[in-house]
Parts: sequence; C-alpha cells; structure tokens
Amino acid sequence: MNTAHIGSLISPYIDGELAAEKSAEVDRHLETCEACRALVESERRVSAAVRHHGERFRAPAHLKARVLSEVERRSRRSAWSDLRMLGLGWNPVALAASLLLAVMVSSGGTIAYLNGSAEESKAPLVREVVAGQVRSLMADHLTDVASSDQHTVKPWFNGKLDFSPPVVDLTTEGFPLVGGRLDYLDNRQVAALVYRHRQHFINLFIWPEAGEEAPRAAAQQGYNLLYFKHGGMEYWAVSDLNAGDLKDFVAHLKSAVETPA
Amino acid sequence: MASALWAVGNRPAASAVLFPAGNVGSPAVDPKIKARRFEQTIMPHLDAAYNLARWLTRNDSDAQDVVQDATLRAFKYFDSFEGQNPSAWLLAIVRNTCFTWMRRNRPSEEVLGSEPIDDESLGQAEPLLGGGSRALATDPETLLIEGRDRAEVNELVAKLPAEFREVVVLREIEDMSYREIADIVGIPIGTVMSRLSRARKLLHDAWYRQQPRA
Repeated sequence: MNTAHIGSLISPYIDGELAAEKSAEVDRHLETCEACRALVESERRVSAAVRHHGERFRAPAHLKARVLSEVERRSRRSAWSDLRMLGLGWNPVALAASLLLAVMVSSGGTIAYLNGSAEESKAPLVREVVAGQVRSLMADHLTDVASSDQHTVKPWFNGKLDFSPPVVDLTTEGFPLVGGRLDYLDNRQVAALVYRHRQHFINLFIWPEAGEEAPRAAAQQGYNLLYFKHGGMEYWAVSDLNAGDLKDFVAHLKSAVETPA
Repeated sequence: MASALWAVGNRPAASAVLFPAGNVGSPAVDPKIKARRFEQTIMPHLDAAYNLARWLTRNDSDAQDVVQDATLRAFKYFDSFEGQNPSAWLLAIVRNTCFTWMRRNRPSEEVLGSEPIDDESLGQAEPLLGGGSRALATDPETLLIEGRDRAEVNELVAKLPAEFREVVVLREIEDMSYREIADIVGIPIGTVMSRLSRARKLLHDAWYRQQPRA
C-alpha cells in the first residue's frame, strides 16, 4: 500500500468508519510509513480541535416556544376539522380510498386464506369484519370513547353490552389503545377496540364465545385478519397492517389478556 | 433511508397524495395525536436543527427563520416520516431549506447545495502538509493547548465553503455517522468521505496560513 492509497482512507480510518479488516490493513501500513502517520495525526488533530472547540449552538427558548405554538395552532385549524367527530379527523384522501374500497368489498372480493387455516364457514364473518373495519374508517366513526387509558375504556362498556370485554393497553409494545365503540357483527352487539400502530389502525372485535382456538389468519382486499378464541371470548383483529405486524399485535394481546395486571 | 429523506426534501406533495398500495384505506392520524407525536419525536432535535442552520446561515435570525420554516414543513409532512431516525430526517429538511433560502436570499454567496461539485478542485492550491515535523509543531491542537482562542477554530469552520462546512458540522459537532450524513446531504458515502477529508485539509491549511510561525 503506498501513500496515495492510504490518503483516501485516512478520514474513515480516524472516524472509525472502516471495516475491521481494512482498518487493520491501514494499521499495518502506518507501522512502516512515517509520512502517512504524520498525515493521520494531523487530520486527527484537526478533527479533535473542531470537536473540542466547535460551538454547538442551542435553539433559543423563544424559537422552541414559537414552533410549538404554531404546531398546536396548525393541528387545531386542520383542513379536516369539518370531518372530525369525537376528536378524530380523517384525511379526505384516505376517506375517498375507503369509499372506493367499500365498493370493491361489497361487490364481492375473493377471500385469501393464509396458511390455509381459515374454514370456509368463516367467510361471511370475514366479510363482515372487514366491512366493520371499512365502515369505522369511512363513516368517521372509529371510537365512541376516545382514550388511551384502559381504565376509561373498559367501564365505558358497562351497561352497553351484556358482557365485559377485556381491555388492555399495548402502548409499550408499540400498539397504543386509541379508544372503543360498540359495533354489530354476526347478529349481535360486540365490543370494538381500536389500536394504532404507526399510521395504521387495528379494529379488535370481541364477543363472548366458548372454547379455545389458536389464532388463524385470513386476508381480504388488502386487509389482514387474525382471529382466535380465549377465556370465553372470541377475538377478531383486522387492519391494513402487514400480516407480520398484526401477528405481533395478537401475540402481545394474547399474553396481556392471559396475565391481567 | 435515503429515499425516505428525499421524498420529503424534494417532492413532499407526492407522498401526501400518493398512498402506497398497502396503505389504501389507512386513515391519517388525528391532528392532535400527530401534534403530540411530533412534539415527542421531532422537537427534541430542534437544537441540532438550529445548530446546523446557524452554521450554514452564519447568522442567528436567519437560522431562526430557516428552522421555523423547516420544522413546520416537517410537521406538514410528518405522515411520511417512517420513524427510523428522527434527527436525520429533520436535519435533511433543515439543510434543504437552508440551501434554498441561501440561493434565494444570498445569491452573491457561492452556494452549491446538493448539486454535484468537483470536490477535488477545491483547496488544491495549497499544499496539504509541508512535512511531518512542521505540521506537528503548528497543528491546531498544539496551538490551542498553548492558549489559542477557541474562537479561531470556530472562525475557520465558519469560513469553509458551505458544502464542506455542513459535513464538518454534522460529523464533528453533531457526531453523525457517514451513513447519516450521506442521507441528510443526499450524496453517496464516498462523497461524504472525500468531502470531509477535503474539509479537514482546508481547515488545516487555513489554520497554517493564519498562524504566523512562532
């Protein structure tokens, strides 16, 4: 390795950006090349001087305050505010997309079963659950009680349902609770809990059903579904999340309802 | 990540309109939730944003204008943020806003922005080092230890052409990795490498010119 070669490696070498192998190669070269050693030392010192003495300017407090208040103002004066209900607003583009999707669903899309595990008999319910998801987004009616606090959401169902659905918060797992509402599926009133993951919403429908069943997956029109039975309840989760993330959600949900706090 | 950053830097409108197929039907987040998330993930990086803008504009009030503008742009396009590296995401918007601002408000200043520049042609006039022992006797750190003013180091950095200044600030002051710098500036890692190397040589040579030999 001659001097010209090591020249372009000096910066990444002193910045620790070289692969170990390459870095060792430079080390070996430096052992025998005084000129390169001097270059390395020189660049290292320039870097150290700027690191040590370079000023890191801090944003003035009033700039932070100004930006924060402008963010607050813009989030209040949202273009979607006319569409808002119970504190939840929807992007008109998403709304239009949902409407379009609803047309596709009602015209009868094919149901794709993942892992071949969902039975044909579930097909009507799959359609109903997806319709429930679409409806909740389209009709701007995601939640009747908007709260991330499970102790607010759970009592809200008291007197509205003839059962008490388990309500768990999965914020620390990355699926914060958004709220809950009543819905109607399979000819009965059900609890619908809404969770969020990044920009995606998950509708979780719960109603009493005997038996224990491991989660099974289905997919329809871009929505993924997972359903299972546990502790006297049937759970159906539906979302436009990818199947893997929805699986994670259900895994966290299962372990949370199995070991109530 | 580069593509995500550039989606914001260059064509924000597209990401707001064109939903990826997988997201059809996905609602936008409630504005209040969005504001809270923004405050939690992006606002902690306001100092980094201001620092970069302050170094690029070299002026407090211009830096404040740029940061306010850039941060509100970031809020507007926050839906397209994919959650991986909030500080790099914000800094990409800040530096783009800065360069746009400077082209408009300081056309006389040589600002090249993210356009390809010939890194090799800059600073070529000066010899990199006069020789090992000479460099060691007058290198910045030794001189600083001898009591030189830190203001001198800052002045030399401020005098660097903007393209070199920004990689030095991102690397030495914000402690960003080459990958992050590449994403923020929108250049390949190899260019980060050569630009940083050239910037340090420019600093070294400027320092050497400035200091009369004792």
